[in-house]
This record gives sequence, C-alpha cells and structure tokens, in this order.
Amino acid sequence: MRAPVAAALTVVLAGGLSGCGAFGGEDVLTVYSGRNENLVGPILEQLEDAVGTEVEVRYAGSSDLAAQLLEEGESTDADLFFSQDAGALGALAKAGRLAELPQDVLSLVPEQYADDEGRWVATSARARVVAYDPRQAPEAAEMTSVDEVLDERYRGLIGVAPTNASFQSFVTALRLDRGEDGAREWLERLVDLDVQKYDNNIAVLDAVDSGEVALGLINHYYWYERVAEQGEDNVNAEIRFLDSDDPGALINVAGVGVIAGSEQEDAAQRAVEFLLSEEAQQYFADSTAEYPVVEGITSTEHDLEPLGQGSSVDLNDLDSLEETLDLLDEVGLT
Amino acid sequence: MAAALALLPIGYLLVRAVEAGPAAVLDTLWRDRTFWLVVRSLGLAAAVTAAAVVIGVVLAWLTTRTDLPGRRAWSVVAALPLAVPSYVAAYAWVSVVPSSAGFGGTWLVLTLSTYPYVYLPVAAALSRTDPALEEVSRSLGRSALATFVSVTARQVRPAAAAGALLVALYTLSDFGTPSLMRYDVFTRVIYSSYQASFDRTPAAVLSIVLVVITIGITVAEARSRGRAEHARVGAGASRTPQLLRLGRGRPLALAATGGVAALALGYPAVVLAYWVVRGQSAGVDWGRLVPAGASTLWVSLLGALAATALAVPVGVLAARYTGRGVRMLEHATYAGHALPGIVVALALVFFGIRYAEPIYQQTPLLVLAYAVLFMPAAIGSVRAAVSQSPPRLEEVARSLGRTPAGVLRDVTLPLAGPGIAAGFALVMLTTMKELPATLLLRPTGVDTLATELWTQTEVGAYAAAAPYAVALVLLAAVPTFLMSRAQETLVSDARGGER
Repeated sequence: MRAPVAAALTVVLAGGLSGCGAFGGEDVLTVYSGRNENLVGPILEQLEDAVGTEVEVRYAGSSDLAAQLLEEGESTDADLFFSQDAGALGALAKAGRLAELPQDVLSLVPEQYADDEGRWVATSARARVVAYDPRQAPEAAEMTSVDEVLDERYRGLIGVAPTNASFQSFVTALRLDRGEDGAREWLERLVDLDVQKYDNNIAVLDAVDSGEVALGLINHYYWYERVAEQGEDNVNAEIRFLDSDDPGALINVAGVGVIAGSEQEDAAQRAVEFLLSEEAQQYFADSTAEYPVVEGITSTEHDLEPLGQGSSVDLNDLDSLEETLDLLDEVGLT
Repeated sequence: MAAALALLPIGYLLVRAVEAGPAAVLDTLWRDRTFWLVVRSLGLAAAVTAAAVVIGVVLAWLTTRTDLPGRRAWSVVAALPLAVPSYVAAYAWVSVVPSSAGFGGTWLVLTLSTYPYVYLPVAAALSRTDPALEEVSRSLGRSALATFVSVTARQVRPAAAAGALLVALYTLSDFGTPSLMRYDVFTRVIYSSYQASFDRTPAAVLSIVLVVITIGITVAEARSRGRAEHARVGAGASRTPQLLRLGRGRPLALAATGGVAALALGYPAVVLAYWVVRGQSAGVDWGRLVPAGASTLWVSLLGALAATALAVPVGVLAARYTGRGVRMLEHATYAGHALPGIVVALALVFFGIRYAEPIYQQTPLLVLAYAVLFMPAAIGSVRAAVSQSPPRLEEVARSLGRTPAGVLRDVTLPLAGPGIAAGFALVMLTTMKELPATLLLRPTGVDTLATELWTQTEVGAYAAAAPYAVALVLLAAVPTFLMSRAQETLVSDARGGER
C-alpha cells in the first residue's frame, strides 16, 4: 500500500517545480533579502545587468533569514544578505558568517555607515522623528528632545508601535544613552501617560493624521511616502526632527553583507558596489524616501531635510535587543 | 516513515539544546517568564478549546438534529470560517477595534477560526449515529436536554475530543493571531527571541517545553477517548432521526447560528471588501496573482497528498490496534502540529541542507514540511472514519480468505473513503494558509498567495493585499465546501440513500 503511493509521490514531485530554482548556483548570485519586495524589487531587478550574472532573490523577514543563514552554515547557497536593519547583519558578522569587504567598497560611505571590521555596509538610512497633529500640538514644531514628549498635556495622546523593530531600536538607543535605570524611568513615565499602542508605524501615523493622538514616534519615510501619495495639503500630520544627539533622533540603516565562503564573491562585491552606486542611491532617495549613505545625492521626489551628523549611537551596539525586550516586558509595553 | 518525519523537529530541538549545554537550558527554563508563558499559553488554549467545543457541538446539533430553518445551508456555512486565515481575521479585528488587542481578541479570533475543527467531526458523528438510543431515552420520559447530555453527548464525545485536540494544538502553535493581537504566548516569544538575539537556544528550549505540553494534551485526549469508542452490538442503523422541533426556541437558535456566522465570516468579509474597494485604483496585478494562485494550489495539493499517504497507515493502526507502540507513534506525529512553523521550518533547514541537499529549497522538501506540520489533522480524520466502520466486515473478509492487505484495500479504505477525503481537504486548506515554513523553504522565486499577502501587508499595502486575501479565502473555501460535502456523502451512503 505504501510503496506505490510513495513511488507515485516521488514521480509527481520530481516532475513538479524542479524547473525553478538552481541547484547549488553555478553562476547564479543568490540574494537573501530581508527587505520587502515592494520596496527593493525594482532595484534588485537591475542587479543582473549591473553584475553580469544571473540573480535570484529570496524574500523573507530579516531575522528569519538571519536564523536560516546561521542554520545553513557553510552549505548555504546564499551569496549576499540584504537586511532591513543593522542588528541581523551584526549577528551574522559575530558568528563569522560575513566576509570582509574590500577597502575601496567601504570607502564609498562615511565611516559611521559601515561595520568597524568592514563585514557589512549600510545602503540607506532612516531617522526616528516625532509625528504630530498641528491642531492639537502646534508646539511640537519646536521640540528638540524626546523628553518633551513626556508632558502631562499629552496624556492618552501619544502613539507608539512597541512591537515594531524601529521602536525597539529607539529603546536600545535610549538604554545606551541613559543606562538601564534612565531608560526604565523614561518608559515608565510613557506608560503612566496612558500611551496608545499600535501595530506598526503606519498605524501610528494614521492615528496622528486623524487626530486620534497628538504625537507619534515613527520613522521619517512613512510621512514622506504619505505626502507623496496624497499630496501635502491632504496630510494633516507634520514631522519634527529632534536634535541629532538625542536618542529620539536615532539613525538606523538597512545594509548588505557578503556571505563568507561564497563562490560568487566577486559578483557579490559588485552587487554591493551597485547598491552604493549613484543609480541605486538615487532610487532609495526617490522611491523609499530613505537617506542615501553616499555623499552628494539628493532626492528628486521628496523634500528630505538634510540629516545632521547622525546620532551618537554606534549601530554595532544596537544588537542588545534581548535586554530591550526584557525592559519593555518589565514596564508592560509588549 | 511517518514517525521518523514527525520526530525530525524534536531531533533538531534536542541537537540545539544539547549544543548549548545544560547551563543555558536551565537558565531559560528557570526564568519567571517561562513559567508565566506556560500558564498563559495553557490558559489561552483551554479557553479557546472550551469555547470552540461549545460552539462546534451546538452548531452540529442544531444543523443535524433540529428543524432549524435552512439547516442544510447552515451546515455548509458553519464550516466555512476554516477558509479564513486567522491572521486575516485578527487583522480585521485589530485594525478596526484597536481595543480588541490582548487576551480577549486573541481568544475571540482563535475560537471563531477553529470551532469548525470540532463542528465537522461532531456533525458527521451525529449524522452517522443511530438515533434509536435517543428515541428510547425520550420515550422513557427524559427531556430533550437530559437526553442530549446523557445520550447524544456521549455518542459524539470521541469526535468532539479529536476536534478539541486539533483546536488546542492549533492555538498553541499559532503565531499570527497572538502577534497581531500583541498577546504574549509561547510562539510569540519563540519568534521574538530569534529576532532579539538570533540565539537559537532559548527558542529551542521553549519549543521543547511546548512539545512536552503537547504530548501531555494528546495523552489526555487518548485517555478520554478510552477504549469504548463504540461499545455496542452491531453498528446500528443510521437513518434520518426525527428532527427536534425547536418551537419557540427557533428564533434564538437562528440568531445564535447567524451570529457566529456574522462574526466569523461576515465581519472579515466586510473588511476585505473595504480593502478591495480602496485598492480598486491600484488594480489587480494578474501577472502575480495567477501564478501565486497556481503555486498555492499545486503545493497544497502535494502537501495534502503526502500528509494523507503518511496518515492512512498511522490512522488505520490507531483505529484498529491499541498497542503501546501504536500510541507512541500517534502521539509523536502530533508534535509537529503544536510547534510554531518557524521551528519546524528551521528543523527542515537543518536536516535538509545536511542530508537532502539536492531537494533543499525545492518543492519536495517544502511538501515534507507540510506533511510534518499537518499530518495530525489527516490522522484524526482517518482514525475516526476507520473506527466508525464496523470491524465485523473486515473479519468476514478475512474469514473468506482475503489477505490483510486485500482487506485494507477492498474493505477498510473504501468504507473510510469519505473520511480520508475529508482529512485530505483539511490538510490542503491548512497548507494554503501556511506562511513561516513556506517563506523559508519555498523554491527561490516561487510565491504563494500567503507569501504575496505577507509581502503586501508587511509594508502596510493593505489595498494591494486585498486581491491575494480574497483569492486565498475563495481558494480555501473549495476544500472546505468539499469537506462538508464529503461528510454528507458519508452520511447518505451509510443510510443506503434512503432519501
């Protein structure tokens, strides 16, 4: 009974989708992308021409892919890891799964946008900002520090996305800036002010825009995308960039690393160079409203405020997420 | 073979835990937080299971035993919430009613999306059992309620327990709903520990705790099933029972049935419709939707085939033999079902890349993952169907000189056919909705409706996500519909087509 079924299954499976996907990737550059296909699909499609080999992209969550890469170890087919945040790259670098990039690639970006040991490099940057409803909180236009958010007048009117990686990075920056106790105090005050919790940055921006809350902590590009989509006049919410040395103005990055032991190391390095090329940097500035990491590129689509010197937080220190999650648990912000 | 597959994830978890050493394992285990997670997960599973059993049994009874207006239509509608992925339902609630986040919302969504696991087998059992017992009870002067409790409930207990087990395991393993509803349970913490530290040890340890809990639950279910699955002389005759007149209770019964349908189906449908309307300007990207739909159909068909092929021997054994070895085998297969998809996926990554490199990130390995994840659903259906068909027939066939294999082929499987088909449909539909394992194990460049839906919703493109969500629900509705039909066939066959 079982043997014929198994045999039939094998036949069916072998004749199935095996046409897709390459075995072992002879001359194929395999990219694991933790960045969403909607955001980076168009630019990755141009990779093939730029690098000169066939390119295959697998999309999934950045942390899922990091876990998968660690599990695959040296047998992996992946040549390049394109991550949504620095944390996943840092974890792979620490496990020795990323190859060192050549100096001429690293020198394309300012030093705060690359790993100290040159194992990964940022491809675009984003800043944390305060989104505000000018009808309820016109004074937010002058804010300089995230501490000003903790004002009694905003009781029940502050929106955050505590389960979102971007908010968690901010809390990590807060811990690095003020120590565990300082960060705990700040978060307890936030909870005490009856902070409103949302699922993601978009939901927070929606709430600010509709006046459901007066202030929201988000990444800058959500607002720019909203303005590009609906027109400045139809977006009620405004954003405020805080002082660049404030944890509330944290600058985080998306980036790439070449997988250690990749058979396509040259092609993978060319892919990194392409992502730092003028064309790709312009794409990030225009399509995703992120900050380019290469000097001299300005967005033609979005009126991006130039970034200051970037926050004082070293991105490599943003991998202490475990403690951040424990702290968020402790204050009841999960 | 089935057991070996089912034990893959457990083997992987042990490798990971042993590698970390006892200190790290104990460190994870002795945290206050681990204790509270156990309590919260079990509490949620208990609350969801209890509510799902009540809804499932009541609906099954209303649609098979009473003169509920339009009961044939309701009997199909009652099964349809299975076609709505629980993460879609969760999003529909939490996006419109933010205050639904937390325990309440998680409980509501999971109850509404899992009660069909109880409803389907109980409805089938009710239509197959001989109503004579109930009639005797009524004629002896017992009230309808007392009869239900003392006679009917006993007859459907094995079916209800099997369904309850699936509900409990689904609740323990689900990640999408608690995550959207922000309620901390095992799976959510397992996921976030991957995200937080990329350290696979705590996740592995917590998963082992989850496996231990699962084994406890399956053993309890097997005990409650007992050996008295159908203690009677002869199979009795299943025929159309006399329908209970609800009388003044009809509007109430109708309101209850309609209310469940409105919450479980109507509400998500309205939210999806709103997305579609909002997304009209964007249009539908047929170039992506059609291939994704085709891939979904293809891999879920293969997944269902593989799971059913593996489940038939286990299910037949479980129904006919009650040796210790068989028990263990059956319990082992349930382990995969309670683990979060990401853990099963990483286990297959671990084994696939080392021992099955040629099929790594190819369709066969993805199909194996589905088999590991969803075999228990198929085993439950097969076991129930086989144990409902009288062993006398098999004994007669043996006495007439048939070989055991011949008996299986000519007697047991044909009799259990509709049940096996129902199990097949159930696996197919669960496979369609599966996300975490699909993301990590699919062939590079292949997208399913679930992965496309994830791609859109991850960046908040809900309007663009709508067509994929609608297609997924429609596609999943087909096996669901067939499943409720398979049960009907089963019933009318058993009645010798007396209608």
